[in-house]
Amino acid sequence: MEKTKFQVKDLFKNQFMIPLAALLALVLFNLIMDPSFFAITFSPNAQGTMVFGGQLVTIIDYGSELALLAMGMALVTAASGGQDISVGAGIAVSGSLILRVLCGGNSRPESLQAPIFVAVLCGILAAMAIGAFNGMLVAYFKIQPMVATLIMFTAGRSIASWFNNNELPVLTDPAFGYAGNTIPGCPIPSPVLIAILCMIIMALILKFTNLKLYVQAAGINERSARLNGLNPTVIKFATYVILGVFVGIAGFIKVSRLSTINYTSIAKDIEMDAILAVALGGNPLGGGKFSIAASVIGAYVIQFLTQTLYKFDVSSAALPAYKAVVVIILVVASAPAVREWFQSKFKKIKSNDKKEVA
Amino acid sequence: MEKVLEMKGICKSFPGVKALSDVNFSLNPGEIHALMGENGAGKSTLIKVLTGVYSKDEGEIILDGKAVSIGSPQDAQNKGISTVYQEITLCPNLTVAENMYIGRDKKVIQNWKKMNEGANWMLKNLDIPATATQQLGDCSLAVQQMVAIARAVDMDCKVLILDEPTSSLDEQEVEKLFKLMRDLKAKGVGIIFVTHFLEQVYEVCDKITVLRDGKFVGEYTVAECPRVQLVSKMLGKEFDDLAEIKENKVEEDVDIDAYVFEAEGLTSDQGIAPFDFTISKGEVNGFTGLLGSGRSECVRAIFGADRVTGGTVKVNGKTVKINKPIDAMRNGIAYLPEDRKGDGIVGELSVRENIILALQVMKGFFKPFSKAEANKFADEYIKLLGIKTASADTPIKSLSGGNQQKCIVARWLLTHPQYLILDEPTRGIDVGTKVDIQKLVLKLASEGVAVTFISSETDEMLRTCSRLVVMRDRKVVGELKGADLNQNKIMSTIAGGDEGGEN
Repeated sequence: MEKTKFQVKDLFKNQFMIPLAALLALVLFNLIMDPSFFAITFSPNAQGTMVFGGQLVTIIDYGSELALLAMGMALVTAASGGQDISVGAGIAVSGSLILRVLCGGNSRPESLQAPIFVAVLCGILAAMAIGAFNGMLVAYFKIQPMVATLIMFTAGRSIASWFNNNELPVLTDPAFGYAGNTIPGCPIPSPVLIAILCMIIMALILKFTNLKLYVQAAGINERSARLNGLNPTVIKFATYVILGVFVGIAGFIKVSRLSTINYTSIAKDIEMDAILAVALGGNPLGGGKFSIAASVIGAYVIQFLTQTLYKFDVSSAALPAYKAVVVIILVVASAPAVREWFQSKFKKIKSNDKKEVA
Repeated sequence: MEKVLEMKGICKSFPGVKALSDVNFSLNPGEIHALMGENGAGKSTLIKVLTGVYSKDEGEIILDGKAVSIGSPQDAQNKGISTVYQEITLCPNLTVAENMYIGRDKKVIQNWKKMNEGANWMLKNLDIPATATQQLGDCSLAVQQMVAIARAVDMDCKVLILDEPTSSLDEQEVEKLFKLMRDLKAKGVGIIFVTHFLEQVYEVCDKITVLRDGKFVGEYTVAECPRVQLVSKMLGKEFDDLAEIKENKVEEDVDIDAYVFEAEGLTSDQGIAPFDFTISKGEVNGFTGLLGSGRSECVRAIFGADRVTGGTVKVNGKTVKINKPIDAMRNGIAYLPEDRKGDGIVGELSVRENIILALQVMKGFFKPFSKAEANKFADEYIKLLGIKTASADTPIKSLSGGNQQKCIVARWLLTHPQYLILDEPTRGIDVGTKVDIQKLVLKLASEGVAVTFISSETDEMLRTCSRLVVMRDRKVVGELKGADLNQNKIMSTIAGGDEGGEN
């Protein structure tokens, strides 16, 4: 095979183009407005550990949950051609269950009533169960994903508060906060480490299994996938359960950050950000081909945007409006029609160049 | 005579491929003009340039003596160029009348009664067995195709393009379509007819334009271009492989004891009567019958593609259970489905992924092929079957129909099946590929693979099969072999008349 020459117009075909361009735009904007945005500090925190700080570190830290969800959401989108809108509620359920297990019914326990890993396991299993419920509705009963997950979207937060008799348990044991903040002696925020670990595991799964081929085949042409010996129903179901795992882990990070939970505000609207991350990553929301890496980059771009808006003192009430404007630009720019238009523009410029040379 | 359409020096290239270079085409009113060429010769591209789907790079289109530029399919329609595509592009969930009139004018208020009456008149006039208020999806494929033509005709077109309209029709329906075409011809409509069926060209066409590799080969009247010459022009070489294949056919008796596959009372939820069936090592057999006679449903039952509801099957003499495709695959059975687009290809995936898919699934979820292995398989079969693709990374949907089909054939050959089922492998593909596939079938058989070959073209079946299972109304009604394998006998068995076949 001959090597193809690098061409500017090919850039617009690349899935990574849009999220990276968006990231670059945000970086440039901040550089011009206030270069101190990029300052990274290294100073002791309240516990006396030397930790990295600054806006960039905050973005990577608080983007962890979103990055996890974006990975799962990309799979669900590819396999079923729809999105799971119950992930925020799922985080509330798994977080609440983790606290319930650790508190053992008493909302202000003196000490932890169970080992942390047992509690976390329960939380993840609960989120997987929700994923299985959603997956069952979508894969076996062929209900549209948005509608199927609307059930848990509606019910999830009530289930979460019911686990703790509608009380707000608070944990005082510092060990529980390690996962959401920092481990003594480690300068990197723990959520970042957890996210990186999950990404590595995901990368290994993609490398050493046929997950990608199976999910894509089932998402693109279900009938053909079946005639090639695949079981598209099981594949769809499985993607929802995998998303459940990520929801469980994200729930653990969320409650660990605060050592408590607020049922109505925890991970509020995070499903929209996760879907946006997938879209921004150039993955077709109608299913089919996908790129986990592009989705993850999309997630951090969204977190970058949020943080930039915070930095410029946009009030939290006005935040969604600002975000919407940026999102419109990004989504329009990544739409196939617009990408083709750009491609043809560049082609013209190139052919003009040729003419001038001649 | 004033030409209704003239295309001069048309060029069109896609990234990496020059699809059309300096192609000419002209059409007189009241003429049926065949556009011929192999897959990838540029027929579809030329049609798409003419209908405004693609913009041409160079050249001019002259319509009724005036140079025009056609910006979109809508634009083409307004200028009197209508197209009926191979794949039905109507909406199955609307009624026949709605499909005929949808999007044709900018009226907000629709007079439904008038519309239905108009549609009914048209349908009756063209002898199409459908009513205006029927849902299109409830009609047979053939009727849907005819409705598409009715829609095009009703729009007072000067140029009617029929892109492989006959590939899903049976003979009677084709006859009806030809009658329709002749009527239109008499009315002065210029018809461009794209087809792979040589017989049909000689039956209805006046002129033939041949394309090869995106280049214009020539324009001939039907009289001056006999069949053999036409084929050699399309392929670009002196060519009589069609005859050669016949001679190569092995007439040995197969070993009766070595049944690869046996079925007894097999039936599925698709309403076929329970049937018995056996096939031996190295045998090529076929299922024949009219469209809808159940021949596809039979092989789908063998492969477990539909829900099997009864019967026992044996592979190599051992009783096995085949409930789903993977069971069949594990038993060395491979199935190339009839509906390439809907059941065969995975459109957005690359040629490479499409080729390795079945073998990969058999190998298992936790054992993906390395990139090098996958590339090796893909390159090997791209070369072996002569698949025309820019690279193994190209999405399969951007290949021409015949090359897509070759990829699916490659997919199943890669699994080294002992029993290969090919359901209409040659539908809608060019003569060269057809011959390639027929040769391949005979070669596989000589290597000991059992093959079931289904085709709508009886010639093709006669050329390749040594035994034919004949079906009618979802039942097996006969089995022909040896001296009985001839056109007349098949026809009479299909028709179900008495032995003499008085009808």
